Amino acid sequence: MLEYRMPSLGADMESGFLREWRVKPGDQIRKGDIIAEVETQKGIIEIEVFDEGTIGELLVKVDDKVPVGTLMATIIPAGEAVPVTAEKAPAAIGIPAAEVAAAEEHHIRASPLARRIASEKGIALSSIHGTGPDGAITRDDVEHAISARMAPEAKPELQKEPPTAPKEGISETKSAIPSAPVEVIPTKPTSAPGFSTETVRMAVAAAMSKSNREIPHYYLETRIDMCSALNWLSEANKQRPVRERLLPAVLLIKAVARALNDVPDLNAWWEDGLQRKASINVGYVVSLRTGGIMVPTIHDADSKSLDELMQALNDLIPRARALRLRSSELADSTITVTSLGEGGVETVYGVIYPPQVALVGFGGITEQPWAENGMLDVRPVLTATLAADHRASDGSTGSRFLTAIKNYLQQPDKL
Amino acid sequence: MPDNLITYRECIKQAIREALLGDERVFMMGEDVGRYGGAFAVSKNLLQEFGPERIMDTPLSEAGFVGAGIGAALGGMRPIVEIMTVNFSLLALDQIANNAATLLHMSGGQFNVPLVIRMSAGIGRQLAAQHSHSWEPLFAHLPGLRVLSAGTHEDARYMLAPALLDPDPVIIFEYTSLLNLENKLPENTGSIDISKAKVRREGKDISIITYGTGVYKSLEAATELAASGIDAEVVDLRILRPLDEETIIASVAETHRALIVEDASKSVSISSEVSARIMERCFYELDAPVKRLCGAEVPIPYPKHLEDAAVPQPAQIVSSIKNILQHA
Amino acid sequence: MTQEEIKQTLLQRLKSIAPDTEPSQLKPDDNIRQTLGIDSFDYLQFIVALDEQFGIQTPEEDYGKIQTLKELTDYVDARVKR
Repeated sequence: MLEYRMPSLGADMESGFLREWRVKPGDQIRKGDIIAEVETQKGIIEIEVFDEGTIGELLVKVDDKVPVGTLMATIIPAGEAVPVTAEKAPAAIGIPAAEVAAAEEHHIRASPLARRIASEKGIALSSIHGTGPDGAITRDDVEHAISARMAPEAKPELQKEPPTAPKEGISETKSAIPSAPVEVIPTKPTSAPGFSTETVRMAVAAAMSKSNREIPHYYLETRIDMCSALNWLSEANKQRPVRERLLPAVLLIKAVARALNDVPDLNAWWEDGLQRKASINVGYVVSLRTGGIMVPTIHDADSKSLDELMQALNDLIPRARALRLRSSELADSTITVTSLGEGGVETVYGVIYPPQVALVGFGGITEQPWAENGMLDVRPVLTATLAADHRASDGSTGSRFLTAIKNYLQQPDKL
Repeated sequence: MPDNLITYRECIKQAIREALLGDERVFMMGEDVGRYGGAFAVSKNLLQEFGPERIMDTPLSEAGFVGAGIGAALGGMRPIVEIMTVNFSLLALDQIANNAATLLHMSGGQFNVPLVIRMSAGIGRQLAAQHSHSWEPLFAHLPGLRVLSAGTHEDARYMLAPALLDPDPVIIFEYTSLLNLENKLPENTGSIDISKAKVRREGKDISIITYGTGVYKSLEAATELAASGIDAEVVDLRILRPLDEETIIASVAETHRALIVEDASKSVSISSEVSARIMERCFYELDAPVKRLCGAEVPIPYPKHLEDAAVPQPAQIVSSIKNILQHA
Repeated sequence: MTQEEIKQTLLQRLKSIAPDTEPSQLKPDDNIRQTLGIDSFDYLQFIVALDEQFGIQTPEEDYGKIQTLKELTDYVDARVKR
């Protein structure tokens, strides 16, 4: 029997409210499946399991406040026999309506893929019309149902929303689909109930206070000539349809990830000493328009191509803004990157997100005088800073790291 | 030849010639491979070029000369044994299954058998029931063998070299119905990896998983489907044992649907195996039941129209896929 | 499509990309990105939206020509009618 406990979704988290179970006893689960939605200061987080097996018991009730580490559910590992519990045996009387509905789901013809997607999105199969062989529900049918729920009020030309369209609301509208036409087109980005920009603010406050209290920061800074990187990017984007264009941020993320391969001491957590991390998971700071920040994780950034990094951003940023991230996307980062983008200030001195040991800050790219080989030129210049934990590393390590980033950005075609 | 077209027959011949030139331990033996130039003219003129010690005519005794090949392999040679057609291979099955496939195991890892057996197979030349067998599944059942299927010109040309490098016995299936077919060889192929299946055409709507004569038929069907807006992927298994599960699973995980095509009859076939592996490994990726198009469960008939009807044809592949996709 | 229809469609798209802003209050010569606080990621979403809505593949070198609502409307107008 395995135990599933409330995960910590960041150094600052003490507890969360269980808002929805996505599974019930007897359900098969696989690594990476989402089993519940937990409300934290950072929004509604979908929490994932890392085991394979069958859900045994659910030990926490919806809307309970659950401290980190609390036993939430038991999982019967794959291969072990699933005991037939009393409540699963057919009862003569008083079967709860929910269980009847769940039982009916098993008799609906649906492809395994359709069933999986519907379950991930929290959509009842019984509400979907099947168009496959013998009326089976296929992936297309589920996806139509999802898009119908996402924008029931949207005008036809707005149905093909870019990925910025907030994807929340699917689980909330499980049974009740609003039918009255609504004039306002977009839903609010934070339609999940019970938290607000203030709670995000408080989460940032707690993490940053802890960081400044505990981490002896040191700072290094270097200026980087972005001429070849931007030229390369502009040429690359000319060859691409708009939908596949790259932003400078992906070059920066990739350069950081590559540099971490060279200087692994900065890809680490400080928890009772330095713990180097094997995977390079870059936390990328997304600022919320209403104030506050979210830092979703790009997993294994060093092995992702620039296109894959761009896809990751396309996926993560809208969900971060809508406060709809998964637990692994909040808790796994091994370093943080913040990029202020164009039009802003030139230099950013970051505050490390514990238990990480480093944060890379990129200012805006501005035209500046640049001396090279005894000549003066005007170049697009980026200021990169490193905030690092002096318990974990020293200035020479940090210097090698920033220099590596600088060198990678001179050869954008090799990133 | 114009446009660098080359026949499948010439591909096999070039592969053999290259092997003979490249390694003096390589020799070929089989029925009529020398003076007659091969039953299908594959080894024409090789006797004149390489002499009777390296292009060796054998008596009509499959068990004898396959056994001799095993002995030569144990003795340090790199024999290519040609069994004229798969139909005669049963006479050598004891040597293949009981000796070639097991000696490494029986000797506690001391004796590898670096033997390559080529045999032609397939249906479509009106040779009737006794000479039209598709016994790939039979050989793919035997642990200790590597079983390859050359469904394309590329594989006919380039499979032999890596097969000869393999320290253990390798069976290569070639297809008589393809011999006169002309095609271009892909550039820069060099050597191929005989542990990997190959995606011959990428697509996103369905995976056609096939081998042997099914490859060109499936590609033809995929081209026709493209005109109806259906984007089919064609996976050439080409290694029937051990199966390259990763390529199969990766393809089905992308397309979420699979049609398996083969000439062999359906029961206990390569397609049964592939279908089971898909179910075991990526059930939750499937958006439709896995379907199979296989040979009919009959002795292959002699009349042309009945022979054609006994094995999958491109038109059936097209209609099966439209059916799976519910494409009116 | 009239200029006014184009403008209304553009405003809807901006609103869906930056839901907590009020694009309808933009003046013709306001700098759109500065006024609404649209970062480079959101801006790329908007360029994608132009492609989806109007079939306009805006090259990066044109970004400077469509900074205000008026410039943007004219730009789209010129390309939609063609």
